[in-house]
Amino acid sequence: MNTALPATVIGGYLGAGKTTLVNNLLRQANGKRLAILVNEFGSLPIDQDLIEAQDDEMITISGGCICCSFGSDLTEALIKLSEITPQPDHVVIEASGVAMPGAIGSSIIVLDRFQLNGIVVLADSTTILDQANDEYIGDTIERQIIDADLIMQTKSDLITSAQSAHLNSWISKINGKAHIVQSSFGNIAMDVVLSAAKIPKETAVSAHSDADYRSVSFNPSSFDDPKELAKTLVRGGFGIIRAKGFVRDHQQNSFLIQIVGNQIDVSEASAQNDPALVCIGHVDQLDVNGLEELFQDEHSK
Amino acid sequence: MSGTTIYSARKIITMNKSRPTTTHVAVRDGRILATGTLEELSSYGSHTLDERFADKIIMPGFVEGHAHAMEGSLWSKVYCGWFDRADPSGKVWSGVKTIDAIVDRLKEADALLDDPDTPLAGWQLDPIYMDNVRVTREQLDRVSTTRPIGVLHASGHILNVNSKALELAGMLKAGFNSPSIPLGDDGLPTGELKGPEVMTPVGMHVGFERNLLDADEGGLRNFAKLCVRTGTTTITDLASRMDAEAVKMMLNVTAEDSFPIRLMPFRFAMGLTPEELLQEVITFKSRSTDRLRMGQIKIVADGSIQGFSARMRWPGYHNGAPNGLWYIAPEQLSDILHRALDAGVLVHTHTNGDQATQLVLETFEKALRAHPSPDHRFTLQHCQLADAAQFHKAGKLGMCVNLFANHHFYWGDEHYNLTVGPERATRMNACRTALNNGVAMAIHSDAPVTPLSPLFTAWSAVNRITASGRVQGEEEKITVDEALRAITMGAAYTLHLDGEIGSIETGKKADFAILEDDPTACDPANLKDIGVWGTVQGGRIFAAEDQ
Repeated sequence: MNTALPATVIGGYLGAGKTTLVNNLLRQANGKRLAILVNEFGSLPIDQDLIEAQDDEMITISGGCICCSFGSDLTEALIKLSEITPQPDHVVIEASGVAMPGAIGSSIIVLDRFQLNGIVVLADSTTILDQANDEYIGDTIERQIIDADLIMQTKSDLITSAQSAHLNSWISKINGKAHIVQSSFGNIAMDVVLSAAKIPKETAVSAHSDADYRSVSFNPSSFDDPKELAKTLVRGGFGIIRAKGFVRDHQQNSFLIQIVGNQIDVSEASAQNDPALVCIGHVDQLDVNGLEELFQDEHSK
Repeated sequence: MSGTTIYSARKIITMNKSRPTTTHVAVRDGRILATGTLEELSSYGSHTLDERFADKIIMPGFVEGHAHAMEGSLWSKVYCGWFDRADPSGKVWSGVKTIDAIVDRLKEADALLDDPDTPLAGWQLDPIYMDNVRVTREQLDRVSTTRPIGVLHASGHILNVNSKALELAGMLKAGFNSPSIPLGDDGLPTGELKGPEVMTPVGMHVGFERNLLDADEGGLRNFAKLCVRTGTTTITDLASRMDAEAVKMMLNVTAEDSFPIRLMPFRFAMGLTPEELLQEVITFKSRSTDRLRMGQIKIVADGSIQGFSARMRWPGYHNGAPNGLWYIAPEQLSDILHRALDAGVLVHTHTNGDQATQLVLETFEKALRAHPSPDHRFTLQHCQLADAAQFHKAGKLGMCVNLFANHHFYWGDEHYNLTVGPERATRMNACRTALNNGVAMAIHSDAPVTPLSPLFTAWSAVNRITASGRVQGEEEKITVDEALRAITMGAAYTLHLDGEIGSIETGKKADFAILEDDPTACDPANLKDIGVWGTVQGGRIFAAEDQ
């Protein structure tokens, strides 16, 4: 059994919105125990209303999440994290403004107890093109983008759609492999951030839209074969980036379905769970009607 | 009641311009009462005449303005460097010239260990001198397959380990896809780990603790022994993480009667917000003692030139390597400089590449306009590639420089051929240009990067000879007098200690380097070979042979 702790790196220059994003993830955590590692503690990276307690070592956050600073020794902080109980469900590392996120990713891949779930780099829509021309930090900005699996254009509400399209094509020239999304106020579905590396490029967001993600939930009854259902969800053109939940077969056995991009994981659940399936996709691409039809059809079988 | 001791010497080189040389120095309460002839000093009343240094040369205790106390801790590991090097006990370890020789030396250390599982660590490997040959885990497996073994490179940024070490770290497996982890034909890591990010998890299995930056207790005592052997009485630890435990340890060790140096640790500006950093450093300052001077900050702006991580201006690296890395964002640099100037806290900033130097000059100029500080002594550390315009600017801003003179000898040929090319290599660590522009200047070893030895550092600045024997930068040579000033008053000035140490004159600490020969009378080519008998620190006598 693989108990490796999934970790996500959040990079990007100062002011790109990393702290805002982290706070948004915490607000969406919904029972998932996130451990946030930040470079510096004192700037109080966590919104005050989320904090339950704080000491020199750690901020305790409502819902079982925590936040620690790693200073100059990320490896030490990660090892400490892997030893605490209860174990966090996911580690999010907020890189410093000039850090190369890929190098931080290297710190994770060498630790047996962790797995790198992706590198998210934030680009401030209003300043990144100027920063990229700065004689001192320009190449740092570009190299951060190169390291990314997912690039978030932040503060998208502050630029026009034409500017956004231009920015998108500029980013694509630097990193053609990464998925690019637009966001405002750090709004993005947590699952998209936490599984950045697993989102295939084919689901990329069109450049002209005000991109955002949408999730829909279903409470389906029972199915012939949950594995076949998962395959249909991936291959049926529904625009699903991520799906997770429990379904039952006709014998009332409970199955856990997890879909990330085109990776499918279906396993028999040890306990009976109420059927519930959440599907996430880009707002322009998630075929909600199609999904509703699919579940209706399945129901009627 | 404390008495007065008058020491006689063959010659006392005071570095006090009003009385450059003399024959006697009177010491009372650990301080210099006066210098002069025995008749002159007798006027101070009753005294004991101590003639043990009668045939020696006395200089002000040397001041090393850029070293790391972790050198002392590294000597608990096996020396694997290319050059001969003396350990704290004075034993000279010969340089190892082949991988086989390194394996043999590690085997000797292995044979002395009883437990077959005890980790074994080596340090200062530098394949640059061995045609950049790659070390593999199979080679280190010849030493042992049961104990984890790791050898740290001289750069501090690459670690070679054996199979057992990889296994313990859970890394003896296929599937890595990172330039930091080279793979062999079998798809498994070769055992070379490039960069702190990938070194640390394995390093802790081979005896390189997580916190490599700080010396431990034994290491600090070892470090002090090296100081005595080299005539050094005041030294920086640049930089230190200075957590509560480390500060307590440093306070205890430096307070020991036998502790022979004044230590000046600089708090590494990382892991704290600028506001907290200043608060913490100001608190440290109030806990300082005579022998432990806390309350300064070290900022690191970029990486190293030979590691291609220094930030370069156009045209960049000679071999076309991409530009280096920033270790601090320009905005954060600015924030710390503003706050530190405002609070009157001394900051030294590491800049290797000329772009890093330029950023600090420009950022500092703005901060200085906002917080006028006529005597700040903010210092550019290394500042290796600065050109004349940058030195001029540094001088006008009242900044000091501490140049890495030893680099010429150790990596000068590499700089000429590979990193920065002939012209810039020739003007690296431009001591002459710095002095001509009126910049307050020190020179340093950056121990353990190169060995601690202020006289060697002075020799490097005077002769500018590379390891292959070429003179590189004839026009940037400085005189012996200027070099001796740089390793005494020059360094003291950058630390704001020039009123206390750095010269032999009334009122200053009785800190002396006791030399066997006169560095101002010898052939400048032999400056590095002058014997050091030991030191006097705060009036206490420390013989090198007792260390």
